[in-house]
Amino acid sequence: MAPQLAITLVFFYWPAGQALYQSMLRQDPFGLRTRFVWFANFRKVLADPAYLNSIKVTVVFSLATAIVAMCVALLLAVMAEKAVRGKGLYRTLLIWPYAVAPAIAGMLWLFLFNPSIGSLAYLLRSLGIAWDPLLNGTHAMILLVSAAAWKQISYNFLFFVAGLQAVPKTLIEAAAMDGAGETKRFWTIVFPLLAPTTFFLLVVNTVYALFDTFGIVHAVTGGGPGKATETLVYKVYNDGFVNLILGESAAQSVILMAIVIALTAIQFRYVERKVHYG
Amino acid sequence: MATVDLKDVKKVYPSGVEAVKGVSIAIPDKELCVLVGPSGCGKSTLLRMIAGLETISAGTVAIDGKVVNAIGPTERDIAMVFQNYALYPHMKVYDNMAYGLRNRGTPKDEIDSRVRSTAKVLELSALLDRRPRELSGGQRQRVAMGRAIVRNPKVFLFDEPLSNLDAKLRGQMRVEIKNLQRTLGVTSVYVTHDQLEAMTLADILVVMNAGLVEQTGAPLDIYEKPASIFVASFIGAPPMNLLALTGSSSGPILADGTAIGFAAPGTQAVTLGFRPEDADVTFNAEALPGALVLPAAVEAVEPVGAESFLHCAAAGSRIIVRVSGRATAKPGDQLRVVGKAEKLHWFDQAGKRVD
Repeated sequence: MAPQLAITLVFFYWPAGQALYQSMLRQDPFGLRTRFVWFANFRKVLADPAYLNSIKVTVVFSLATAIVAMCVALLLAVMAEKAVRGKGLYRTLLIWPYAVAPAIAGMLWLFLFNPSIGSLAYLLRSLGIAWDPLLNGTHAMILLVSAAAWKQISYNFLFFVAGLQAVPKTLIEAAAMDGAGETKRFWTIVFPLLAPTTFFLLVVNTVYALFDTFGIVHAVTGGGPGKATETLVYKVYNDGFVNLILGESAAQSVILMAIVIALTAIQFRYVERKVHYG
Repeated sequence: MATVDLKDVKKVYPSGVEAVKGVSIAIPDKELCVLVGPSGCGKSTLLRMIAGLETISAGTVAIDGKVVNAIGPTERDIAMVFQNYALYPHMKVYDNMAYGLRNRGTPKDEIDSRVRSTAKVLELSALLDRRPRELSGGQRQRVAMGRAIVRNPKVFLFDEPLSNLDAKLRGQMRVEIKNLQRTLGVTSVYVTHDQLEAMTLADILVVMNAGLVEQTGAPLDIYEKPASIFVASFIGAPPMNLLALTGSSSGPILADGTAIGFAAPGTQAVTLGFRPEDADVTFNAEALPGALVLPAAVEAVEPVGAESFLHCAAAGSRIIVRVSGRATAKPGDQLRVVGKAEKLHWFDQAGKRVD
């Protein structure tokens, strides 16, 4: 049998099967007895206000991260394309943050915006903003989105730069001769032609925000204050490994698995078959 | 609708490359001016400077008497047909054609009537709801033309618009472009490297080489009196035969030592030229006073149908002679090429015409 298949079996199918099985088990507080409870864990999780809150937090966080990361990246890519000199340098500098590990990116932002020692937090306060991500849930969310988006901007930037380069120059020239100003050219010609890139990035960024931001959440807010920034993935970890409610945690991870499968299906269906022209 | 005047236009790129080295052309209203030349001669750069897509390093471009150097392509009221058509791939044919009108704030019903009437002229009415990728090359070409025509601009620019089409379609479109341009009466500048297109389309033909204008004039005038060796060899297919000359007291002598038997106009002529159709071949040996007679060996025969081309070795060069119909000569035959004396062209050391 192909070794790849063996690896997939051992590291993917087996744990996934275990999670499925465990999601239907319930243990007593001391771990002495385990009962098979069918879908009781799922029913409990889905009725739990904390879980519903976590879904809301995740939707807000993912959408905000994806939108901020994509908008900033597109703006930077358009500006980098317009640069006459030093194009390569701009690009290198803008791609750099992608090499930073999520937890380190989180720490960076945490220090910058720490209410007591952060230099940027000091700046915000001197501007009259009562900046306090440790107590204010909205502030904590803004900080988290900033850190998560910052890391993803480089990746998006790369794709947008490539996308912009793929837009034929003659189309832009033709539009200019057709009387379209620069802004109009961007929104009527360039942006629609970037649609395949934009859609692809939307999926990738959403997946990133959903599943790859554990390190950032853990480093920056730890899900707090209260449960204001507890995303679904972070809640799985919290319930399972901190609070040791293994059955419910497994049920949550099975739900997450369903979401991943759905997103992958969307990606295959639309991104592969795409919104392409030409 | 407009005249186009170029005065000593130059283009120097930041790298120091001089693409256009001082070109002056005056195009009268409603005429079609063709810029022709080999690739890299600066003809496309010149066109792009008229369009406003390239900055003008020196000199002036004036449209309708108004210098437009500082005006961007958006405000010049010019339409251009690109080599790759540059149709907006995400828009339907209708929107491709309406785009320029919408940008200029034309009322909706007027846009609709203009797009539909232009589509009718170009036989695009049935295709208005298609996207460019669903069209054939010829149809795309028409849409590109329609997009230019519908705006009713002051000047049309064509950047090798037919080079992506197959030979048959190219011939059809060439005639159509000419007819359209004449009917609409729009001053046009047309860039091509195809001398057949240049000859058939132009009211004014401009032959360019290495960033400079070699000759400007009516196509047939240029064909009959090429101003330089470059023009002589570029215009006409197959090209003009050129033979090197050396002078002597008794008259010009060809490279292989044959005296040509009559005097050249002026003493500076060092090159003699004649077009393939201005010569004939004969197997007889009679004397032909006053004509250019070259003993030649046939190397190859190219029958085209209505005519045949004989490739011969003569006077140390290779020459081509056109004979009508089927050629009787075969490769290996020895014969004589007879050039009509009044159809000979003479060029001096600098390659300029001597009359």
